[in-house]
Amino acid sequence: MTTATTADAYPHYAAAFQAQSPAAPPPLRALRDRGWDAFARLGLPTARRGNEPWKYTNVAPIARAAFAHPEPLPVDESAATLAHVQANAPWHSDWRNLVFVDGVFAPALSAEIAPGDSPHSLIVAPISATLRAGHDDSLDLLGELAAPDDDGFVALNTAFLQEGVNIAVPADVDAGVANLVYLSTGRAQPRATYPRIIISAQRNARLRVIETYAGPDDTRYFTNAVTEIHVHDGAAVEHYRLLLDGRDAYHVGTSRVIQHRDSTFSSVAIARGAALGRNDFGVVLAGAGAHCTLNGLYLTTGQQHIDNYINIDHPEPHGTSRLFYKGILDGQSRAVFGGNVTVREGAQKTDAQQTDKNLLLSEQAEVDSKPSLLIYADDVKCGHGATAGHIDLDTVFYMRSRGLDLPTVSRILIHAFASEIIDTVALAPLRDYLHDQFRNAIPDADISLPIGGR
Amino acid sequence: MTTTQGQRVISRDTTPEELNSDYKWGFTIDIEEEAFPKGLSEDVVRLISAKKHEPEWMLDWRLRAFRFWTRQNYSEPTWANIEHPPIDFQDIHYYAAPKSAGDGPQSIDDVDPEVLEAFSKLGIPLEEQARLAGVAVDAVLDSVSVATTYQEQLEKAGVIFCSMSDAVQNHPELVQKYLGSVVPYADNFYATLNSAVFSDGSFAYIPPGVRCPIELMTYFRINQADSGQFERTLIVADEGSYVSYLEGCTAPMRKTNQLHAAVVELVAMEGAEIKYSTLQNWYPGDKNGEGGVYNFVTKRGKCAGADSKISWTQVETGSAITWKYPSVILQGDNSVGEFYSVALVNNWQQADTGTKMIHMGKNTRSTIVAKGISAGQGQQTYRGLVKINPTANGAKNFTQCDSLLVGDKCGAHTVPYIEVKNPTAQLEHEATTSKVSDDQLFYLQQRGIGVEDAHFMIINGFCRGIFQELPFEFAMEASQLLKVSLEGTVG
Repeated sequence: MTTATTADAYPHYAAAFQAQSPAAPPPLRALRDRGWDAFARLGLPTARRGNEPWKYTNVAPIARAAFAHPEPLPVDESAATLAHVQANAPWHSDWRNLVFVDGVFAPALSAEIAPGDSPHSLIVAPISATLRAGHDDSLDLLGELAAPDDDGFVALNTAFLQEGVNIAVPADVDAGVANLVYLSTGRAQPRATYPRIIISAQRNARLRVIETYAGPDDTRYFTNAVTEIHVHDGAAVEHYRLLLDGRDAYHVGTSRVIQHRDSTFSSVAIARGAALGRNDFGVVLAGAGAHCTLNGLYLTTGQQHIDNYINIDHPEPHGTSRLFYKGILDGQSRAVFGGNVTVREGAQKTDAQQTDKNLLLSEQAEVDSKPSLLIYADDVKCGHGATAGHIDLDTVFYMRSRGLDLPTVSRILIHAFASEIIDTVALAPLRDYLHDQFRNAIPDADISLPIGGR
Repeated sequence: MTTTQGQRVISRDTTPEELNSDYKWGFTIDIEEEAFPKGLSEDVVRLISAKKHEPEWMLDWRLRAFRFWTRQNYSEPTWANIEHPPIDFQDIHYYAAPKSAGDGPQSIDDVDPEVLEAFSKLGIPLEEQARLAGVAVDAVLDSVSVATTYQEQLEKAGVIFCSMSDAVQNHPELVQKYLGSVVPYADNFYATLNSAVFSDGSFAYIPPGVRCPIELMTYFRINQADSGQFERTLIVADEGSYVSYLEGCTAPMRKTNQLHAAVVELVAMEGAEIKYSTLQNWYPGDKNGEGGVYNFVTKRGKCAGADSKISWTQVETGSAITWKYPSVILQGDNSVGEFYSVALVNNWQQADTGTKMIHMGKNTRSTIVAKGISAGQGQQTYRGLVKINPTANGAKNFTQCDSLLVGDKCGAHTVPYIEVKNPTAQLEHEATTSKVSDDQLFYLQQRGIGVEDAHFMIINGFCRGIFQELPFEFAMEASQLLKVSLEGTVG
């Protein structure tokens, strides 16, 4: 179904797709073809009228840039030192760390658990290792939640799927913490990388997983990541997503989660980096009594544009969901929050809350918030709230009257605003890391902006 | 030219059994109507204009709109959360008017008695009632304004209140200056269509410093089958003036859908205040979702001067589909925009309604309170935009949207858009969705109140804050309307 027009519009993607190594295993090749067909049909999303998911975000800079798709280079040893990774991403020796440099697995820095002989063993390994071990069936889950037909970026990720992470947690097993680090070096040419993460937590399993995307400030690379998470009956997954890409990078991340009966999923998404960043997060509470908590914090400065697009779908009864995102905007940056909570017919006793709070620190910053509720069942408790504004000047006055200078007051108040989200991180070392990161990133805002037009 | 054939006439006293529906305003009146053949073309636009002896600038404006509309390739907006079969815009009468001698009624005595009877069935105080009730009425039947009452007192105050056709003839300088100044002809699909084919509507101008002595009112009714109603209302409140304007609407019961695409423009100059209240009771279709009015309306006000205020209050119980976003452009410093709404959907009704508050001036304030009630298989969406432009220092908005669900087959949706480009703005938005509280029902039933009355009391209480914004008679009518519309939803 390849249409000439769309492929013609993106010649470098078409050429790169043709040039991709045909040596890939057949299941992977079939999936890539599906992805390319979908991309040829969809193209990249445009903000044309009626395209609600992309209403406030223009992806033209990504569409215009011709990112290189070279064959994977061997891992750059200079970038792949432990010190370098630790300087760019959260790290703890107790965690199961998996490091990828420019999309290529770095075994020297990683501690994977390769698939064992038993089909029900714990796996925390690159997809390539899974394939080598002959576990083709674990790839069956690829594309199940993030279908290429959903979105042009998912289609593109599927078309260029080369490497990724496969985490399979057997029933009743606590898999500890998996720390997945994607580092971009920006060396040679600006590259596009397509990380793919597939997670399945079986019955009553437990997993904590961190995804970090980081890179240098001065190169224009493109990360197009897709994560698919299956949370089976009674399982609990904690998910942390850190968008720490460089100031000139483009990042589009798509996460799709399905929750089964009585499962728990909690997520904290931090967005601090990237010139143009998008966090598209979708959770379906497909089993009765499932609970999900999605928290997020975005901090934007300069010319940054960060778009959080969150969907929570309640098709089954007795589900609860909590969606709480906060944003701090400085410079000429722009943040978009699109939250959708859907309660379908029959999803009685659903309890869903959605909140988006924004702190605007500069006169040129802009926030576009769209917290929507779509409700088709009657016995539900649903609410949402959204606020936008500046720091309360009474609070500033109070603190200054206690002898604190303006810069200190500013830092304390901004950090306090962010702490409400950071403190929800249950993983202590990560929480400390985020607090440190945040303290260093607080913009020196002029919080004495005049209120009113006097 | 076609003439409507008399159909079963149903009066206001008809029992619900006879009606097999709760829509009491579903009668048709057997009056001779003059209608153009179905279909829309440049000739039809020219014919409408010629029919009304319009000056050339008016025809030019219509044609510009028509040409723009055709350039859009008939692509109607699809973003709203509503579903309907495609509308065949060539299967609609674009002009229908009661046939009368000469150029329309010169005074109320010239109006066809059947028309007056129709309006008195609706309980509209034309004639003497109007004088007693102290309300000036401009009644619009199908597309044409049939009577305007209470002229004398208005003239004494210097208030101009007449049909749009009269305004084009008698006050061209005002119409030319303000028509399209708030809703330009290229604004949206239905507004463009309206600009090309609008047949009549109301025009009001309140001179500087005048507090309009009585409330102005327009009553709209679609009578002719297969006709669209495209009226256009323009209200200009000059510096320091005040006007309260009421709007009511009904339509006969028909198996087919009728299109209503109106445009309302309000302009408030420095220190002026416009209070616009709507009781929308178009025929909502029957219990199986057949028939009913498609109400695709563009309403927008501009607070052009400092310290001006525009307030929209609406009670929406009718229409098969409502698509309507009364908005305020807060251009003047310290100007105020308000939107109070109750929207009720029952049976198969759909409503996608809300407001837009565009803050441009300094210290502008807006308040949005929207109450939605869904029953039967009804679906309704609150869709609202609050936009704070970089110039709107110190702007404030408060938004509250509450939805009440009656029954498990209906839906209530909230889609707010918040765009902030100024850090000194303060915005608060909150929304809740729930069903009628079991505790409250239990309490009332335990006191001996029947389950249906108990439901109505709770729902009435839920809407009370909005009803209080309506003028007194309207508030009573709104409450009754709510009760009638909710009949049969409980038990």
